[in-house]
Amino acid sequence: MPGEVISGKALSGEAMPDIATSDPAASGAVPPAVLEAIGLTKRFGALVANDHVSLAIRAGETHALLGENGAGKSTLVKMMCGLLQADSGELRFAGEPITFPDPAASRAKGIGVVFQHFALFDALTVVENVALGLPGREPLAALAARIEDCVGRYGLEVEPHRRVGELSVGERQRVEIVRCLLGDPRVLILDEPTSVLTPDESESLFRTVDLLTAEGRAVLFISHKLDEVRRLCQRATVLRGGKFIAEVDPRRESSASLARLMVGAEVPRTPRVATHELGEPRLLIKNLTLKGDGSRGSALHAINLEIRAGEIVGIAGVAGNGQTTLFEALSGERRGEDAEAIVIDRTPAGALGPTERRALKAGFVPEERLGHAAAPDMRLSDNVLLTTHGDGRIVRHGVVRHSVLNAMFADIVKRFDVRFGGKDPKARRLSGGNLQKFVIGREVLREPVLLVVDQPTWGVDAAAAGFIRTTLRRKAAEGCAVLVISQDLDELLEFTDRIAVMSEGRLTQPVPVEETSREAIGLAMGGAHGAPAQEDADAA
Amino acid sequence: MLDTVMIGAVLASVVAAATTLLIASLGELVAERAGTLNLGVEGMMIIGAAVGYATAYSSGSLLLGTLAAVLAGVALSLVFAVLTVWLAANQVASGLATTILGLGLAGLIGAPFVGTRIDAAPELRIPGLTDLPIIGKAVFGQDAFVYASIALLVLVTWGLARTRTGLVIRAVGESHVAAHALGHPVRRIRTLAVMFGGACAGLAGAQLSLAYTPFWASDMTAGRGWIALALVVFSAWKPLWLLAGAYLFGAVSILQLHVQGFGLGIPSQLLSSLPYLATVAALVLISALKRGQGAPASLGVPFVPDR
Repeated sequence: MPGEVISGKALSGEAMPDIATSDPAASGAVPPAVLEAIGLTKRFGALVANDHVSLAIRAGETHALLGENGAGKSTLVKMMCGLLQADSGELRFAGEPITFPDPAASRAKGIGVVFQHFALFDALTVVENVALGLPGREPLAALAARIEDCVGRYGLEVEPHRRVGELSVGERQRVEIVRCLLGDPRVLILDEPTSVLTPDESESLFRTVDLLTAEGRAVLFISHKLDEVRRLCQRATVLRGGKFIAEVDPRRESSASLARLMVGAEVPRTPRVATHELGEPRLLIKNLTLKGDGSRGSALHAINLEIRAGEIVGIAGVAGNGQTTLFEALSGERRGEDAEAIVIDRTPAGALGPTERRALKAGFVPEERLGHAAAPDMRLSDNVLLTTHGDGRIVRHGVVRHSVLNAMFADIVKRFDVRFGGKDPKARRLSGGNLQKFVIGREVLREPVLLVVDQPTWGVDAAAAGFIRTTLRRKAAEGCAVLVISQDLDELLEFTDRIAVMSEGRLTQPVPVEETSREAIGLAMGGAHGAPAQEDADAA
Repeated sequence: MLDTVMIGAVLASVVAAATTLLIASLGELVAERAGTLNLGVEGMMIIGAAVGYATAYSSGSLLLGTLAAVLAGVALSLVFAVLTVWLAANQVASGLATTILGLGLAGLIGAPFVGTRIDAAPELRIPGLTDLPIIGKAVFGQDAFVYASIALLVLVTWGLARTRTGLVIRAVGESHVAAHALGHPVRRIRTLAVMFGGACAGLAGAQLSLAYTPFWASDMTAGRGWIALALVVFSAWKPLWLLAGAYLFGAVSILQLHVQGFGLGIPSQLLSSLPYLATVAALVLISALKRGQGAPASLGVPFVPDR
């Protein structure tokens, strides 16, 4: 079947404009290209975001687009759907040259995109959001029925009449996917679709993708998860530094060889620390109960957890099961009645605000980088001030000491390898990975005794994610207690010591990673309460 | 003392006073739901009043006057739209400039007509109903502007909530980036929404100078454009709350006139400020009760598509 005849080929960093179309000359079973980019070049000022990049998406195939953050994947996708105009090069649709002056033109041709930063409207309902992505004036009631139908068929759990602002990241993504599918796309572009899905959800997405390609549609799958790419895709195009590097058959590659192509060097794994001495409890959560606030946060029911100095505890769970509320309760953004419910480093902190909790040497990294962890339109150096103003070093008598601030900013940038253009850009100019490194660095350099991190590597490239995990691991080794909330189970299994599972506002007791399994955790994520993770491990 | 005839007359004038605000604020609400904060309402209203009066006085046709007022409001709103939507200028500054421009132009256009009078827009009488006691004149004996304002309220309420056009307008106001990514022409939609706001402000001006007080005076809007803006904010961008706010303002502003007539010894300046105070107080209360239903997320944010 399609793709099996393609031989893997890797080129050096040189641009080879026609590579995607001129080959392969093998035994003829290559399906026709639906959407082709030929030698696209795009410059932003001095930066060449795409340098003669070529890519052909073929009918009935799932094509992977691989590359680090900043490799030019987003730029390429934006040019292919009309959000950006190429400086030179050509787009072809079904073999004919075509230009997309705007996204509507590409959608009219049947190109659907699920963006990494969702193009959703918080104040509108799911149906309304879907309606906005479709041409025509279908009545919302009829559309809601079609959504239900699509939801049932592809297992994409979405309630049509909820407001999108109330949904979790995972649910929002499903709305995006449903919206694209209802548009009956010939080409579906998925930008990092599995970052927020549980293993089960990913599996169901893959089944959806297989179904779509079986119908003759083409799928462009952008992902950092190389195992997924190898399992799902028939072809992969690798970009690095804005240049076309190779087109390969990912099924014939190993994850390591793909990573080498992407990064241009070996990717280190997070070192697992075999043994470490645990210190005293740094975070104690005792019977923490919070009401849901209707729209956004889910309720918390009698959460108990102890984290000791030197360990990393992970909280797994599907988005929207109370993780956000728990994070906000820990950071002090939401306060409960009981001061004793949260104890940070032996001080009852349940009634304290965020700044007072930071003064107890706790650090917090929320899920949303832009808008929660960092102010998008403030310069990076000013963003440093946002969580360090209470430390007494940077602000003296109400006056900001810019020399100290700038030194700290430079320190973060250097030690955490934050890359950006210009001297001190606004936070929104940074790529996801670089901004996350900045945010983590800002907290880590405060020398916290407790670090709470929500989704540490969501939407972050492999190299930066590895760096972030190594950093957290190192902090734990230095005696910091680390709590990681993540929907990426592989990540939690890779670098945490104990894993608890959150489901419907309840938290299971954490189980050492060695004593549990993906299956056990997946079961608990699905809502089997008690401690099934433990039982399963015992049985095994 | 107050007999039914008098109560009926008071109610009728409350409706007339509220109508100006209702029309202008409905237009501004649509513009703001699309993400553009147009502080030029006062200017667009007064230029509507001046051009409407000048045209009606010269031609003798109230209909022509009304049309001219609407066009004048649209023309001035286009100045604002070009500055803010197409040149991505600051909306607050551009809106203030629009008001100043409108006030100046209106004074110039209206200068030859100071001291003249025309016949006010006629009341539309419905035999039988109009003669009902108390509410007859208030509900069934009003001029066309009043009925137009109610029709407009229904149109805007229904249109925003139930039509695709309304959905697109709300989407653009919520996130222009997302709307653009989905292929909606953000700038065109915003321009049209601003023009709708201009048309409504012009119509409100015509109601002032052709029906409510059928003469021209250079300060005749008396801050009603600003009240209309405040109504939009405090109504939490919900058209039906505009109705409540506009009629509250109208009621207090008419009642305080009558209270002044009784000679209660309260300073008239204080009484004159009552409608403003009452409206602000009531609407602050409303918006406090409806917390969490905030402004359109992209309100006031310029949209620049990257190329």
